[in-house]
Formats: sequence, C-alpha cells, structure tokens
Amino acid sequence: MALAADHSTDTVLNARADARAQGGQVSDWMPYLPASTSPFCPEDVTADSLTWAETVAPGGYTHKVLARGTRLRLEDPTGEACAHTVLYNALEPAERLNVADTQKIPWQAYLGTGHPLLSGDGRVLATILTDTSGRHDAFCGTSTAAWNALRYGTALPEGPAPAGRDLFVKAAAKHGLGPADVPPSVSFFQGVRVAADGSFDWAGSSGAGTAVELVAELPLIVLIANVPHPRDPRPEYVVGPLRVHAWRTPETNPTTPADERFDASPEVRRAYLNTLDYAEARAL
Amino acid sequence: MTTTIDNPVMRPVTTVPVPTTTYLTPDGQLVSSVPVGASYSDDTPLDWGEPLVSGAVVLDEQLAPRASWSGVVRAGQVLTIVDVGGNQSGDCLLYNAQHTDERYSAQDTLAWQNSAYIRTGTVLRSNLGRALMTVVDNEIDRQDTIGGACSRESNTLRYGHHVMYHHGCRENFLTEGAKHGLGMRDIVSNINWFMNVPIEEDGALGIVDGMSAPGKRVALRAEIDTLVLISNCPQMNNPCNDFNPTPLRMIVSEPDTDLEYEADV
Repeated sequence: MALAADHSTDTVLNARADARAQGGQVSDWMPYLPASTSPFCPEDVTADSLTWAETVAPGGYTHKVLARGTRLRLEDPTGEACAHTVLYNALEPAERLNVADTQKIPWQAYLGTGHPLLSGDGRVLATILTDTSGRHDAFCGTSTAAWNALRYGTALPEGPAPAGRDLFVKAAAKHGLGPADVPPSVSFFQGVRVAADGSFDWAGSSGAGTAVELVAELPLIVLIANVPHPRDPRPEYVVGPLRVHAWRTPETNPTTPADERFDASPEVRRAYLNTLDYAEARAL
Repeated sequence: MTTTIDNPVMRPVTTVPVPTTTYLTPDGQLVSSVPVGASYSDDTPLDWGEPLVSGAVVLDEQLAPRASWSGVVRAGQVLTIVDVGGNQSGDCLLYNAQHTDERYSAQDTLAWQNSAYIRTGTVLRSNLGRALMTVVDNEIDRQDTIGGACSRESNTLRYGHHVMYHHGCRENFLTEGAKHGLGMRDIVSNINWFMNVPIEEDGALGIVDGMSAPGKRVALRAEIDTLVLISNCPQMNNPCNDFNPTPLRMIVSEPDTDLEYEADV
C-alpha cells in the first residue's frame, strides 16, 4: 500500500523513481548549486565568481569554510532576518571571534562599516566593509533553549522556536567542534542600544533590504543561526529569511596596507599587522 | 648572492625605533633582562576586609598581585571578593563544576536582565541560560562584564607591540584553567570585578578610572557547584588597577541567614 496518495513506493524501483522525481524542486530557502545559479546574485557581483549562495530559512542555520580574501554578503530581504554569527580561524579553531575585544579594541560597542571582527589572539578575522543596516548587536548574543522556553514556551531545534545556541552547536559539530567551542556571538540586522542607566533599548531592524558585507582576513569557519534576537519584544517568534552570498575574484584580496581601512586607527593597524604576519608565516 | 624580497603589499613600510635598552652594566656585566614584576607601592592603603555575609568561613585565601586563583564554591555557599588595595580588576570566569562545557556567558547574563552592567541582584548565567551564581551584595555601583580580559595579544593592539612581553589575564586564565583541564576553547568573555567600563550614547566605551576603593567587596552566592577562575589583573597600561596591582582576598562562607536575592533558576 502506498503511504501517501500521490506516491507509489511499493517496490524498490518505484521508491527510487519516486525519490528521484522529487529532485530539482525549489523552495524559498535553500542553497543554490553551483553558487553561480543563485537567483539573487548581488548586482555588483559576477555570478561566476560566487562561491556560496543560499537563502537561510527562518529559524535555520548554515555554515561554510571560506578562503582568505573572500567577500561575504548577508542580506535581509524582509527586515526580519537576524544573522547570529560566529567566526573561527579555519586552520586553528581555538582562535575565534572574541566579542569583548571586538568591542573594546576599537573603543566602540556598536558594529558598523569599518569595524574589525577580532579574535582573542590579536588578529582580525573579518572586516565589515559596508553596512546599510546599522542595527547590529554584540551585547546580547543569541538565544538559549532556556530563554526560548521562557519566551515562546518551546525551544527544540526541530520545533517552531529553535534557539540560536542549539543551532550553533549543531553547525559547530559538523566541523568537529564541541559545545565548548561556541563562543559569544554577534547578531546582524537586529540589536539593542545601551541607555544612560545601562538598560537595553530595543532598536530592532532598520527594515527590509539592508545588507552587510565582510571580507575574510583569514581562512574562516563561518557559523550563522537565523533566529530572533533574544531581546525582540514581540511575543511571537518572528524571523525572516536570510540571504547569504560569498565570492572571490583576483581583486577580492584581504586587507592590505594599500587599503584605506588598514590605517583607520592605531589599534586596527596593529591588528592588521598581526594578521599579515600570521598569514605570511603560514604562506596564506 | 643576496636575495631581495620585494613584496610591498605584504610588507608595510614602518619606521621602527631602535630600542635603547642595554643589558650590560657599565663594567660590562650581563644583567637580568627579565622585567621586574609589578608590585604595589609601599604607601598603598590596604583593607583586607571581612566576609560580606555572616556565617562560617570555609576558605580564606589571599591572592597576590598579578597571580591567578581558582576554587569550587558549593551550591549555597557565598564567595566574598575583597578589593584589598582598591580598583584592582579581578577578571573572573565561572564554570559548572561538574560539567565545564557549561560556563559563564556575559551575553546571556546581560540579555536576560536587559542591562549592560552587573549590579546587586544580577544572576550570573551560563551559556545555557542557567543561574551559576547571584550577586547578593556589592559595594560599588556597577561591575563590568563588557571589557573582557587583557592578553599579550590584545595588549599589542591597544598599546603597541613593545608590550608583548607583559603578562596578561588571558595567560592567567590559561594557566589556572589548565589545572582543571580547561584550555583556549574554554576562555570566553569574562567578568571584571571592580573595573569600570561605561558605555556612552554613541557606543563609545573604554576602561576608565575605577569606582572602587580599598576594602570594597562583592558577594556571590553559588546556585550550583561553581568553579571560579580569577586573574588578579597584571595590566600596567590602563587605569583598571590604578597602574598599581594590589592583592585580592577570596573568602568562601556558609551563610547562616537567608539572603534577600532569589535566583529565578
């Protein structure tokens, strides 16, 4: 007996034909392979140079290893995406995003154009090249199962209100990393601002159609969880799709002394020097 | 034959001043080049304090300037940290003593309470959102958990490559954590007891003059058995310790009264 009305799976051959007939379908959230087939290739990018193209589902996650010098663009088509992000040095994942240094070293808590995403080892993992959102956050991190259970009554990663940390743990595991390897994260497109008394004011999103573009200063493991910001005040679990595109061309180098941002501040200059020193020694 | 490396992209032109240090005495003898450790100045007022809560003291230790400390505070016990010399940053990490993959999360602590600072009543939460410890008493206005720990590497960004030889809190954490099987991956954003990091309206932030003083204290009640790592900050380039690293005192006691603050575990 067929298990579903429109499917004939009573024999192996029929099951195979049935499974194969499902190939080639599209959904609203999926990776586009090869990346050059992305229906959402950024206007200023040649499709053939794309190395990663994906629409991440609301409540979903993704991860990728990117070469040094790769450009990574995150887009929020609906104004409801929230890209919780963690970066690692792909060669030595004990080196990873350090949120405290990312806020402290540039003397600036809010992420924006030119902001370096620093590791705990005095190097720049990625630099924010452009930003049309300005609502990012490095204070609150992502959600935990305990938080989502309190907020939404459910938090299972396979359920309707997955928590960001649980998704990070899954993504990290696929790179041989354990729960202890998931550090504090940053979120793009949704955030808070600190009031005079220290309390957080919800800034939320700046609306549909914003994007942030990063350059990988080292080979990176990128983990992204697309879930509501933990301070999103709405009682419903609201999150929209997230577009991810990465590309590489002969011109997409990591930051060099020829770039204006190299000398943006004494602190960032020394961070780039440390990064170049590491990259040169490892022949990257 | 000489080989000229011509790679202007990878080799920024910089002027590196020649160090003026000499390692020889006038009569040609080699002297130690190990930098002398910071120790507090002779006229530093010291107040060793007492536990903030009444009860039987089960542990009482002095933590030297620049050194590290660790201990397990059992559920229900209270750890009093005394800022003996004033404005000494006690960089602090917390772990579930039974399962150290669960550890302090600055971001969960702040997001949960919707505030950027730690104050009396703050529940110090783990990366699973659970209560590790609760601040049951606190003698300064606010405590920092944004500024992170200093390290050899971050010191090079902040102050220049000439300070690479300085000892840092991250190094203390690694040394102390190794005693408990913890390593690089276990170091996350930490608490800085007695350090002052205001965040201004435009997002500017920095470590500024402290609000503490000799003898100021904070008291933490453990909600579960908690492994506590402390780095008594060796930093000598910012005002977190008034450029004068001083001791801390760590006191664990069994409180004999009910404490006001209830952790919503």
